[in-house]
Amino acid sequence: MKLKRVLIAFVLVSALVAGVAAAPFRIAVIMPSATTDMAFSQSMWGALLTIQKEMGGPSALEIKYTDNMFNVPDAAAAIRDYASQGFDIVIAHGSQYGSSVQEIAPDFPKVTFAWGTDVNTFGMKNVYAYTAAAEQGGFVNGVLAAKLTKSQKIGVTGPVEVGDAKTYIDGFVQGVMSVNKGITVSKTWTGSFSDVALMTAAAKTHIASGADVLTGSSQSVVGSIGAAKDAGKVLWFGTQADQASLAPALVVASQVYDWTGMLRDIISQHKAGVLGGKTYVLTLENGGLKVAYNPSYSLPKAAKSAGDAAIAGITKGSIKVEP
Amino acid sequence: MRGVFSLDVVSGILNTMVGLATPFLYAAIGETFAQSSGVVNLGVDGIMLLSAFAAFYVSLISGSLWLGLAAAAAVGLILGLLMSLVSVTLKAEQGVSGIGLYMFGLGMSSLLFKVLVGTVKTLQGFKPLHIPLLGDIPFVGPILFNNNILVYGAFLLVPLSWWILEKTTLGLKIKSVGQNPAAADSLGISVNGIRYLSVCAGAALAGIAGASLSISLLDLFQDNLTAGQGFIAVALVYFGGWSPFGVLAGALLFSVVNSFQLWMQVLGVKIPANIAVMLPYLLTIAALTVTVNRARQPAALNKPFERGES
Repeated sequence: MKLKRVLIAFVLVSALVAGVAAAPFRIAVIMPSATTDMAFSQSMWGALLTIQKEMGGPSALEIKYTDNMFNVPDAAAAIRDYASQGFDIVIAHGSQYGSSVQEIAPDFPKVTFAWGTDVNTFGMKNVYAYTAAAEQGGFVNGVLAAKLTKSQKIGVTGPVEVGDAKTYIDGFVQGVMSVNKGITVSKTWTGSFSDVALMTAAAKTHIASGADVLTGSSQSVVGSIGAAKDAGKVLWFGTQADQASLAPALVVASQVYDWTGMLRDIISQHKAGVLGGKTYVLTLENGGLKVAYNPSYSLPKAAKSAGDAAIAGITKGSIKVEP
Repeated sequence: MRGVFSLDVVSGILNTMVGLATPFLYAAIGETFAQSSGVVNLGVDGIMLLSAFAAFYVSLISGSLWLGLAAAAAVGLILGLLMSLVSVTLKAEQGVSGIGLYMFGLGMSSLLFKVLVGTVKTLQGFKPLHIPLLGDIPFVGPILFNNNILVYGAFLLVPLSWWILEKTTLGLKIKSVGQNPAAADSLGISVNGIRYLSVCAGAALAGIAGASLSISLLDLFQDNLTAGQGFIAVALVYFGGWSPFGVLAGALLFSVVNSFQLWMQVLGVKIPANIAVMLPYLLTIAALTVTVNRARQPAALNKPFERGES
């Protein structure tokens, strides 16, 4: 009898404690590269930290992450693991994770899954898709680059010709051409998101062939920025995250992915009982994309106003950029 | 568009080649020592990663690149000792222990980078040293004699290591231990001692290969900075037929084709990028199948030595 009473008291106390300390909202994120990549993964990680601060710290929002999950089967295991641990939202931050989300989401109808960059929610009620109209900031960077090149040669160092790496560069080329069709834009693809050494060699090759402005995407562009820094006078345009800190004197502007608005919306929807079924597209118009001018770089007025005009034109819809 | 084979393009291709080949030379010559003594170390990439981080971090906090370089070599040496302990003393399967070492280096470098540095930063690495007179020779000068100290070191290592392996008693001992450890043992050579020495020296060189990336060629550290270069270095040892000059030929071939394909892309030559980036690998495999000299392979490669067994 005594044991029974102790057990009842234990259960009651446990219930009371649980009720007093409200459980935090829980988000897990799986990323292909490191949270410190100065690019795609860092953009999402930074946004999550901002949201956590807004909500009142780790006691209100618990964030767990698994990074460097370039290998899809490993990522799929992590996605399933987090979902089964009862996380409220599982973010699969990579376009290669689509089929994993499609397979796992039906098994966890109470968990919200968000994945991107892509537009496909697979018609599931607990899946969000998200993407970035990277071509828009690409266009703005292209306009600025065209205004600043003296050699009329611009180099683009890309990883693989897919996803936002491709749309960014397509937008960039359109931006350059809108200013001056006589400028040569050379593109190289290294075939890897992570090969910094080859990316550096690609950037050096552009510089040796006369380019005085460079851009590119993926976490391996830190190598390109290093090459620009070595060369001294070669300018850099960033994308995905603000890359100014890597070379304050040479980074003119970066297109920044700001996922905070989307995350706020997904969280409030989840709390309201809506778990998915929508696609988010970051654009300049909805504030998901921002062009961050580097304050340490003194941008000539004419170039700045051309950049601002491009931003305004795209926002109003008078400039159409093809993805 | 400039001609593909104009002088400045060829000079550009060769210039990029020299930089790309540097880490391969250190790592592959190091592996040549280990394999010549009979030990396959597949952990080269992991050693490079952890050493690249050590070089970067120590240079960053101390402000001394030389201290960074010493740290990289020391980390290589310690990991070499670990590899030797597992594969020579404990006689574990060499392939498996090497892969384990690789994964340790990959994970540990990533963890330390996250905890100690946090985000990608750059530093001022070794600056190019212009060698008077030689550096002024047209065409060749800027390619060969206007590089930083670690690049010169990599190319000087080729004849030096050849001399050690082919012309010294130590080299003879290393090779005899790799070819016929029982015979070497009967002549009073410490098989395990020579293997420890070779693996550790090789690992220290792999450490310098890592440093050549983080404080001499790229001047930064990032997760998985090597992107598999250590494995290519192991392949280059087979390509080079366990000879430093063979390794040099392989490293230069791989690097020149890589540099060539980048230049083709920059010049707008219409080849699909996917094919272009495959070129160095395809050509190396093709050359490997044609040229490899199996006769030179150390007979006791991958075999732990047990006295009394043959």
